[in-house]
Amino acid sequence: MLLFALLAAIAGTFVGSLASAQTDDTTGELAIFGQLGYEDPESGEDVNAAGVTIEVDGVGSVVTDDLGEFRLVVPSAGDYAVTIDVETLPEGVNLRNPDANPLEASVSENRDRRVLFPLVFGEGVGSTAGDISFRRVAQLTAEGLKQGLYLAMAAIGLTLIFGTTGLVNFAHAELVTWGMLATYFFNFYGLAGIIGFLAPLPPPFGGGVNLVFAALLGMLSGAALGWFLNRFIFRGARRAGVSLIAQMVMTIGLSILLRYLFVYVFRGGPRSFGDFSAQRAVSLGPIELTPKDLVAMGLSVLILVAVASYLEMTRMGKAMRAVSDNRELAESTGIDVERVISLVWMSGAALAAMSGVFFGLDQIKWDFGFRILLLIFASVTLGGLGRPYGALLGALVVGLTINLSTLFIDAEVKNMIALLMMALILMFRPQGILGRAERIG
Amino acid sequence: MDWGFILERTFSTMLGVEVMVFAMAAVGLNIQFGYAGLLNFGQVGFMAAGAYGLGVTINYFQWSFAVGILFGVVYSIVLALILGVPTLRLRADYLAIVTIAASETIRLFVRWRQMKEITGASEGIGGFADPFYDFALNPFNPGQRYDFGPFSYLGRDLWVLTVGWILLIVMVLLVKRLMSSPWGRALKAIREDEDAARALGKNAYMYKLQALMLGGVIGGFAGMLQVVQKGSIQPDTFNPVITFTIWAILILGGPGRTWSPIVGSMIYWALISFLENVLRQLPDGPAGALEDTIKLSDFNISQLRFILVGLGLLLLARYRPQGIFGSREEMALNDR
Repeated sequence: MLLFALLAAIAGTFVGSLASAQTDDTTGELAIFGQLGYEDPESGEDVNAAGVTIEVDGVGSVVTDDLGEFRLVVPSAGDYAVTIDVETLPEGVNLRNPDANPLEASVSENRDRRVLFPLVFGEGVGSTAGDISFRRVAQLTAEGLKQGLYLAMAAIGLTLIFGTTGLVNFAHAELVTWGMLATYFFNFYGLAGIIGFLAPLPPPFGGGVNLVFAALLGMLSGAALGWFLNRFIFRGARRAGVSLIAQMVMTIGLSILLRYLFVYVFRGGPRSFGDFSAQRAVSLGPIELTPKDLVAMGLSVLILVAVASYLEMTRMGKAMRAVSDNRELAESTGIDVERVISLVWMSGAALAAMSGVFFGLDQIKWDFGFRILLLIFASVTLGGLGRPYGALLGALVVGLTINLSTLFIDAEVKNMIALLMMALILMFRPQGILGRAERIG
Repeated sequence: MDWGFILERTFSTMLGVEVMVFAMAAVGLNIQFGYAGLLNFGQVGFMAAGAYGLGVTINYFQWSFAVGILFGVVYSIVLALILGVPTLRLRADYLAIVTIAASETIRLFVRWRQMKEITGASEGIGGFADPFYDFALNPFNPGQRYDFGPFSYLGRDLWVLTVGWILLIVMVLLVKRLMSSPWGRALKAIREDEDAARALGKNAYMYKLQALMLGGVIGGFAGMLQVVQKGSIQPDTFNPVITFTIWAILILGGPGRTWSPIVGSMIYWALISFLENVLRQLPDGPAGALEDTIKLSDFNISQLRFILVGLGLLLLARYRPQGIFGSREEMALNDR
């Protein structure tokens, strides 16, 4: 038996055992099911919505019966997009949240999946744009500050890597996702929890660890990934004289490679950490934030201050800024440029990973990083490419602006404001808010 | 395993709609990146501009198909101006940053629920493509099947393919002609050494802007053909992975070479089709082994495809940025 377990552990690769750790291998018919109903506004009674068409992407469609119930057998476990045909809803009935259509439903291997489409009579949730009150402004400011702080950590890493190597790393957003997913992994499985014969070991090796400790491990794994990427991919490319443009195409390839590895291993559905996932918000005057948000915001301020003092006060930090300013000059003063670059990749990736952990307190998803890539770029551009303090300031400006912009526009399109800011700054002040005027053409 | 079936699928893919659409988008990217050295990481945004230009004009404004095409072109040009005017005077990476951000923003914008009346939000637009199939010159009956040896096509697809391939080849020939004209040679000179070209009095900014517009319009046509073939416009089909696939195709064929978009697209889709069919038809033994070790199942085969696209792009850009057939001298991918 022991021998068998050992063999299984060796045969099972990282991917395989991780995926199997999440599912039970029971066979049987799997289905997506649910019930549709709404409250009649006049009589106050619950009415079943019959005759509504529900479509599951790639499988087929089904019509709800007299009880408003539906059930559709799916061929196997996996992620499905479930769409409700709003044209077939009864007269005057709408989805409470029109955005949640199609819904993403992940069917696990051992359980049927229920999907919910809350219906209301009359209009669904309307736009909140145009509602300006002191309370809302304060709340949005707090949320903007929170998003800006987390963004800043990702943006500083990107801008430092650009400063020292001249490379815009389009895979930087994936480093954010990496931190998020690695922390999730350590939180649930521990350091070696997926390798069969090590699994019975006590935490932190065999079992999951507390989120705080897992976050530290996640940050370290981010640094390790940064070191790896530089050492085995980009250092060789620099030495072989691969041009910066080709290197940028490399990072694009790397980004899609990593992103689809994430979804391959972690699947498509959203997840959340094992600790602190359901906290109640506390009121601070007009602002409501959860305790975990407050702690994370405090920590990110500390981290950013630490980064700034590192850059200002230590020899290595000064070397980083020197290489960033002028590589040849720095090299001729005896600075080991390759060592600086390696350290910049490590610390940049670790910062990105940490930002992923903080963002992950709200939601963990395989493509999270890519969805904030625009915001990271906007922060970096606003501050001037290659300027760490610029990136910090840019991130805060971006976070505050896009959140406060929801006072006037729909939250759904708030990220468009970031693009607009980016276009404007490039048109009128391409060196960024803090940059010196110089020709960058 | 049915090797005959796999090979038949592979070969029929090589003349199929995907090859044609992606090759056309790559022709546009080839002008931008191959000849002008512009890093457009948002080609899918131009495809969306073309597609929505067509769909919205026909469906919302109720204008004719021809006007729809015109608007597809206009939207692509407007997008190129929005992206190019602020960035093309700056270093090459700014265009890359703005295009990758804009292409994703366009997707969010068209699926915004306030836009529902115009763009159909997340449901998209349908029922705009009929005039294309009812066109008087269409010799095929849309519902009928036509057989050519082992290949069989629906009349509808055959019409799209005929129009698409003719358009594609005309575009490639025009680009070939254009690039040997004074305009094209100035463009290549700017790619190789912008300062030298400027010293000779060439307005590099205007040349680059024109290249971005031209490539964008061709990308817009690719988007139009794609949605005409599908018969509907879905916002989520215009996701960034499309852009990166186009990049992989272009670099596979060799940027800055006349036929590289078509060659690259054929190689790419033949490889993908071959791989997917082989993996889906594996006998139980190897299939079981793959399922046990790396959890490969029918569901994540398509994810495996994108992993390979990423890896391929990474390796090609690192070791053969000039493409499989290109020469290193012609396409040095110089820094600017």
